[in-house]
Amino acid sequence: MPNVHEFDVVVVGAGGAGLMAGLYASRGAKTAVISKLYPTRSHTGAAQGGISAALGNLEEDKPEWHTYDTVKGSDYLGDQDAIEFMCNEAIDAVLELEHMGLPFDRTPEGKISQRPFGGHTNNETGKPVHRACHAADRTGHMILQTLYQQCIKNKVNFFDEFQVLDLLLVNGKTAGVVAVELATGELHTFHAKAVIFATGGHGRIYSVTSNAYAYTGDGAAIFLRRGLPLEDMEFFQLHPTGIYKLGILITEGVRGEGGVLINGKGERFMPKYAPNVKDLASRDVVSRAIYTEIREGRGVNGRNYVYLDVRPESVAKYAALDGRTNPDGTPYTITAEELLKKLPDIVDFNRVYLGIDPMTQMMPIEPTAHYTMGGMPTNKYGEVIVDDKQTVFPGLYAAGECACVSVHGANRLGTNSLLDLVVFGKHAGLKAAEYARQADFVPLPAVPTADASAQLEALRSGDGSANVFDIGTEMKKIMFEDVGVYRTQQGMEAAIEKLRSLKDRYKHIRVADMGRMFNTELLNAWELGNLLDVAEVVAFSAINRKESRGGHSREDYPKRDDKNWLKHTLACRVDGRLEVSYKPVAITRYQPKERVY
Amino acid sequence: MQVTLKIFRYNPEADKRGHYETYTVEADETERILDLLELIKGHMDGTLAFRRSCAHGVCGSDAMRINGKNSLACKTLVRDVGERITVEPLLGLRVLKDLIVDMEPFFDNYKKVLPYFINDTPLPENGRERLQSPEQRARFDDTTKCILCAACTTSCPSYWASGDYLGPAALVAAHRFVFDSRDQAAAERMQIVSETSGLARCHTIYNCTMACPRDIQITKAIGELKDLSVTGKLE
Repeated sequence: MPNVHEFDVVVVGAGGAGLMAGLYASRGAKTAVISKLYPTRSHTGAAQGGISAALGNLEEDKPEWHTYDTVKGSDYLGDQDAIEFMCNEAIDAVLELEHMGLPFDRTPEGKISQRPFGGHTNNETGKPVHRACHAADRTGHMILQTLYQQCIKNKVNFFDEFQVLDLLLVNGKTAGVVAVELATGELHTFHAKAVIFATGGHGRIYSVTSNAYAYTGDGAAIFLRRGLPLEDMEFFQLHPTGIYKLGILITEGVRGEGGVLINGKGERFMPKYAPNVKDLASRDVVSRAIYTEIREGRGVNGRNYVYLDVRPESVAKYAALDGRTNPDGTPYTITAEELLKKLPDIVDFNRVYLGIDPMTQMMPIEPTAHYTMGGMPTNKYGEVIVDDKQTVFPGLYAAGECACVSVHGANRLGTNSLLDLVVFGKHAGLKAAEYARQADFVPLPAVPTADASAQLEALRSGDGSANVFDIGTEMKKIMFEDVGVYRTQQGMEAAIEKLRSLKDRYKHIRVADMGRMFNTELLNAWELGNLLDVAEVVAFSAINRKESRGGHSREDYPKRDDKNWLKHTLACRVDGRLEVSYKPVAITRYQPKERVY
Repeated sequence: MQVTLKIFRYNPEADKRGHYETYTVEADETERILDLLELIKGHMDGTLAFRRSCAHGVCGSDAMRINGKNSLACKTLVRDVGERITVEPLLGLRVLKDLIVDMEPFFDNYKKVLPYFINDTPLPENGRERLQSPEQRARFDDTTKCILCAACTTSCPSYWASGDYLGPAALVAAHRFVFDSRDQAAAERMQIVSETSGLARCHTIYNCTMACPRDIQITKAIGELKDLSVTGKLE
């Protein structure tokens, strides 16, 4: 067969998790990393504020506090064994990145510098703690670059600009993947003993998002088509501070450095919602607070935004009111020059896209669709789990945003995503290589590319009565309005109905580009199919969960309901219909209690 | 307002050579050129091919020539360039289709300068970080910002003239490690960049600095490497 490649381990995706997995797997097995982008284009590079680890470089901190904060942040839906594992590994994970050359910012003593972030606290005082290790406001960029550089150093095999279309499963085992080479349009079969998905999230189901165009839920949609379950898909994080209308991320690090949220009446409103940590509450809490301010008429100029204020005089004023001090006890202040050093990209984004200077002007912000908490169910070694009994699917792994371990539960803490991808990327890589060393290749299906080929063919043979761009725009709008920050039964029913009609229309599309080379129109159309499938699962999982928890906030069920809903959702497609089942939450040390910030 | 885009088109499966096509769209002055390309692709001509991902200037996918200047389409707004906009692929790299160029030679050059951290001495005994003062860290801060978009290299007349020139981006990568106090392979890298296809090909034209969407002082960084190649003194 032409274009058949054989590898022990194939990694799909080359963001932080994929590169880490590739690096570790390639030490013990013949490994390939396949990505639809050049690796350095991956969305890990857009992460800004930091990666958390209880290094204690500026003040006392402990992995146990990090663990508790993460459990609380997850609104008790995170699996506590996995969270404890991640937070314990965090220190070594960050030090390993430093040893790989990552240029973290430094303390005066030359150690890795750390800043406060939402939901990270000293568990004894309840005050924000310096836990986020940072490289200015481009920490994700530095992680992505460093890991890619290490992959070059270690001669990892890359297949850049190869879009994986299908996962091959034979007799209950993993056999490989099928991908299209963008430059030629040719299909390639990657015969593998183990496959690691590291395909990122699906924020592009929403109209206002911080996510890249590439974030189309490809991996999740492939899982659905192959009858594999997706966990907790109702939980999607809206980051409180996206640039108004554009959705471009403004890091929580801005508030870590002393920035505050201000409503249209000029009032700082977070103390009403989170009396202890105020502007540094969990993201779900802050996003709801902003929406509430807007809905009660306190947006700016009657519009759907509020201000983020990091002007040095405002920072000094509110730090004094909060009693915030430097580690040496002096009053906390920040100069414009220091801000420019700590948040250069934030300053740049504001200048380029809004024409404003955050040193002298406030930034207009609204919540932006940011992070996929749900995803492919895994254990803490990255092995994909298919049921409620920890049953492993042989040879299949997932790590990073596409996976659901679950360490983020119903709401992820800022900085834990970068930690997640480094820790679980590594373990998935190790585990996959270990598996591949003792497993045999599963024979490929007779025509491995048949399904992938049929999927692409369908996009070329519709009657052309529907338009890809319009379907996408309509999907994003209804998802943001009805399956966004606040949700109701009625709204979600409307969204599901709309999604079904969009899926019907999708069957009629026909791409105009009939060529093979760099047929980006064909691929974008294929990605839209993934988005529609994933959006439907998000809405379906959300309407099913009749409570409010973390990023899933229902107006008709405003309270968390541990009696009935302290459990993970598993959504699966059976005979073309979505079905839901559940699995228990791992609770070890922390019994659920009311969540107050 | 009405905006007219004249876009370079080349379909390798049908065209012998490239040509331009003109599209007129309704646009706001705060829209990104990338937004307009998406609009054209979505509603006027699906065959238009370009790369993009993050859409806010950090992934480096959508470098192209906009009104003659190398820019990121997602970081250039209509108000920056006016109502008549010409969009063309980067120069110096082979055009594969429309605005998509062959990035392989670019990444090959990057890989030549050992663009990775090298320090084989034992780690600190306590297993913690290698110490580095804020001043030492600041020494190479600027060149850590590079997103490998190729805007610099493909704006350089020396690169256009001699394809074997490493180009500004590869030199920026060399700078990032050479001036990192923790790295120990400066000598090997300096040997690589001091060959004729390296520093000697830079004639201080500043196009790279002008083109960089991350505002890296590229000509200055190359100058620092040149100084080092002469003095041999790593300060």
